[in-house]
Formats: sequence, structure tokens, C-alpha cells
Amino acid sequence: MAESTVPRIRTSRTLPTPRARLRYRIVVSTLVVLAVGFTFGLLAWDNPMPVGSDGFWRIAELRATNVVVMAVVAICQAIATVSFQTVTNNRIITPSIMGFEALYVAVQTSAVYFLGVAGVLAVKGLPQFVLQIALMVGFAMLLYGWLLSGRYGNLQVMLLIGIVVGGGLASVSTFMQRLLTPSEFDVLAARLFGNVSNADAAYLPVAIPLCLVAATLLVLGSRRLNIVALGRDACTGLGLNHRRETMRVLFLVSVLMAVSTALVGPMTFLGFLVATLAYQFADTYDHRYVFPVAALTCFVVLSGAYFVMRNVFYANGVVSIIIEFVGGLVFLFVILRKGRL
Amino acid sequence: MTALVGPNGAGKSTLLTMVGRLLGLDAGTIEVAGYDVTRTPSKDLAKIVSVLRQENHFITRLTVRQLVAFGRFPHSKGRLTVADEEVISRAIDFLDLTELEDRYLDQLSGGQRQRAYVAMVLCQETEYVLLDEPLNNLDMRHSVQMMKHLRRAAAELDRTIVIVLHDINFAGHYADHICAVKDGAVVEFGTPAEIMTDDVLTRVFDTPVTVVDGPNGPLAVYY
Ligand SMILES: Nc1ncnc2c1ncn2[C@@H]1O[C@H](COP(=O)(O)OP(=O)(O)O)[C@@H](O)[C@H]1O
Ligand SMILES: [Mg+2]
Repeated sequence: MAESTVPRIRTSRTLPTPRARLRYRIVVSTLVVLAVGFTFGLLAWDNPMPVGSDGFWRIAELRATNVVVMAVVAICQAIATVSFQTVTNNRIITPSIMGFEALYVAVQTSAVYFLGVAGVLAVKGLPQFVLQIALMVGFAMLLYGWLLSGRYGNLQVMLLIGIVVGGGLASVSTFMQRLLTPSEFDVLAARLFGNVSNADAAYLPVAIPLCLVAATLLVLGSRRLNIVALGRDACTGLGLNHRRETMRVLFLVSVLMAVSTALVGPMTFLGFLVATLAYQFADTYDHRYVFPVAALTCFVVLSGAYFVMRNVFYANGVVSIIIEFVGGLVFLFVILRKGRL
Repeated sequence: MTALVGPNGAGKSTLLTMVGRLLGLDAGTIEVAGYDVTRTPSKDLAKIVSVLRQENHFITRLTVRQLVAFGRFPHSKGRLTVADEEVISRAIDFLDLTELEDRYLDQLSGGQRQRAYVAMVLCQETEYVLLDEPLNNLDMRHSVQMMKHLRRAAAELDRTIVIVLHDINFAGHYADHICAVKDGAVVEFGTPAEIMTDDVLTRVFDTPVTVVDGPNGPLAVYY
């Protein structure tokens, strides 16, 4: 055998064999091709002008906002979920359980409840957008403060409190929704399903930098995240301050989740779906390799779903419902297969 | 090499994790190599003392070699050099894991995984090494090999090893010092010859123990 005479190169790199490297490259290339394809499809499909003409670009430009929003949401959801799962040491968790979405729903509902149909307009606009992000990050920081201050406060307690507070907010929202007139409720309902067209191009100058800065900081900390994934004790033993690292990651995750939620509304299972797929696709523990695959996968799922829904089923509004449905199914499947939480 | 022995719940793990600054102290101070473990920055301590806990949770899709490589983190911050790779290879060979180095952790038996964790800790190249029951899950051959490896590490690599042992006979044979812990306090400290007596062992373990002369030194018989 010719192969066995070649001395094996002993290396600890993430993808040690040529086969693993090839596989990773194929995965990334496929995702990139799909992403480019769907982007082009969303911009150009059904575009009445010939490709490349002035009119074509003008129409494409109008649609480009949606694509940019998808890219922002994809980066936010993918990076936030993967990081959140690492610091919580749990692969079936999604950061939305921290109450971001409940807070978003509560804000939207109270606006309509107190101000009527005009309320939807009252929470639209750049200052309101920034305020919502600040509110969500502030809410998350309050929870984390609990984690920091209390001697007995730990991550599990914090998550539990997040769920309880989120549940409380959701009940209050539901109660207020009951008291709305049907037309008010109709207006509100459209805002409560995550939808890319909820986003206003005016938000992007704030959303894009926030998303990029937070995501970049998390991606640059990949090597440290790999250590955090080993658990608190191993992490401390290797000289990394586990608590500080956790706080840093949770803060950045809350920024990303707040941006995504304030931009398009709730996307509960999208992050989970994408993180699960990304670990399957990337087939490695190393965040440096998982992050790009997760973000690309997220963009492909979002843009693909919109493309298919818009051009095949002519049903733009139900995209998030479909994604959530598929994500929920995957979630159940993973739980049933693992047999535990 | 110092062995920590004592009955279940005596506080051996607690003591060891406190020395390894994984657990905070209620009172008092602990110094390792002259450094106060609660005051010295954790990243500096990581080059002085390494610690392996009794239970370790493992992450998926991680090979033995990649796990061991994490031991270099205090030195390389995750950017491995050629020198790092050599240290990793040595630690893997040292623990007889050469054939298994590209296996994923979830494809290993408990004992093999245990050895991988010990290799990771040795790879950290600290003067002080703290190990909590590293013989857990190991069969006879690998228990003996592990103790021999650790003795060699102590002698050749000049490491100071503190190890929690379940089996008093392993402590008696391989350790230079034995520290007996009971009810949260150190009750005895001495050489194996001083500790391996009917009297001391019966007192520490609260069960009748007879020490007999075996072919390779004293043996505690307690059944
Ligand atoms: N010095 C001490 N004073 C009071 N309680 C202690 C002390 N040391 C340990 N404990 C308690 O004893 C229990 C068992 O300790 P552990 O270290 O796990 O025992 P083992 O010797 O079996 O490893 C723990 O719950 C710990 O909190
Ligand atoms: Mg113990």
C-alpha cells in the first residue's frame, strides 16, 4: 500500500485530514453559491427590465433593502445562537428564551393598546428603533446583573428568570390583545410575525454597524469560545476567566438579538435551526469554522425561503411561519433523538 | 508526588479544587509556588498549576489530539506553534494514546477518555499538577501504567503532582507522601511507611485495616 508508507503528519489543526478540509471547502462553496443565487434571484426574478439596464438596477435597488435586512438578520441570529449555546453549554437552546421577543411583543402591543392603530406608526421610526434596542439590551443586562451580583446566581437561574419574566410579559400582551378592536388587532398581528418587510431602510444605518461590530467581536473571540465550551472548570484551569468571558459573550448576544428582533420581529426557531444545521455542515467544534457556516446557512435559509415563497407560492407573509414551523420540527426531532433536554 | 486519601465525602476534591482555584475559599489563603491563588491572575496561574477534576464533560466532534492541544492554551492562546505541536505529541505518546489521537472523544471508552484528559493537563507543562482520581474508569494495566507515567513525569520532567487516589495501596506504592483527609481536615501527613500502618489507616477510614508485607512493600487488607 502506497498510502501507509507516507508518514502521517501529526497536527492538531481543526481540519486535520485533506478529506476534512475538502469537505469543509465544498460546504462553504455550496452555501456561497446558493447565497449568491438566491440574492440574484430575489433582485432579478420577475424584474421587467432586461438584466444590466438602468431600469433593472433601479428595481433591483428597491429590492436590495430586503436582501440587506436578510443578511443582517442572518448574521445576528446565527452568530448569537451559536455563541449563546456555547456559553450555556447547551445545544438545544436559543437566545430568544431570554425574553427579547416577549419584550418586543409587549412594546408593540402596548403601543397599539394605548394609542390605537396609530400606535404602530408611533413605534416606527429611527429613534423608536434605537429605543427598542436599548430597552432589550437593558433588560438583558438586568438579568445578567443578577448573574454577576448574587453569589448563588448562576446561568441556570438566570435563564429561568428570563423565561419567567418573558412568560409574564407575554401574558400581559395577550391580555391587552384581547381588549383590542378587531381592526387594531389585525394591524398589530402583522407586526408580531417576524417578517423582513417589517424593516425600514431607515433602520439600517444603525442596525448594520451594531450587527457588524458585535458579530466581529464574537468571531474574533472564537479561540476563547472554544475554551469556554470545555466547561467552567476546564476553562478556569486553562487561565481564562469564565465569568468575564460569559458576560462579554452574553452582552454581545443581547445586542445581536435586540437588533434582529427590533428590525424584523420574533424569529424564535430560526437561530436554533441554523445552529443545528451549521454544526452538522461544519462537522467541527471550532467556532472559527462554525461561525461562517452558520451565518451563510442562515442567509441561505432566509433568502431561499423568501425566494421560493415569493416566486413559487406568491405568499410573502408566511415565510417566517414556514421557517418557524420547520425549525420547530427540527427542534422536536433533535430532542426526541437525544432523548433528553 | 503526594497522594490525597480519605473516605468518601472527606473533602479531598474540595481541597484539590480550591488549591487549583476552581472553587473560592470561605476563609484562609492558599499559596502555590509562593503565589496566592485568589490574588494571582488566573492566566499566570495556568502556567504554574494545572488541575483535572473528577468529572469532565466533553464536547462533541473533538479529537483526542485537539483536546490535548487545549492544554497549550495558556502558552499559545490557541495559536499553536511547531514547538506546541511537539509538546502535544509528547504528551500523547506519554499516555499511550498515539494510535487513538485522531479518534473523536465520543468514540473512546471511559478509561481512554480519562487518559486523554490527563494528557491535556500534562501538556499544560506546569510545575504543579493536581489530579482528582485519574484512575477512575481505568483497568488494572492502565492504572499501573498511569501511575508509572505520572512518576516518570514527576522524576524526569520535575513536576510536583498531587493526586487523589481511591486505592490506598496505589498511594502506598507510588507516592512519596501521603496526606490523609477526614471530615474536611487533614488528619495525617507522612511518608508511605508512616501512614501504611494498621493503626493510622483504621483511624482514617473508620474500618478495620491490616497492613501485611507484600512482595513489593506493605499492602493494606481491608476485606
Ligand atoms: N473543610 C470542610 N468543611 C466543611 N465541609 C466540607 C469541607 N470540605 C469538604 N466539605 C464538604 O464535603 C462534601 C464532600 O466533599 P468532597 O470534596 O467531594 O469529598 P471527596 O473526599 O469524596 O472528594 C462537599 O459537599 C463539601 O462541601
Ligand atoms: Mg472526590
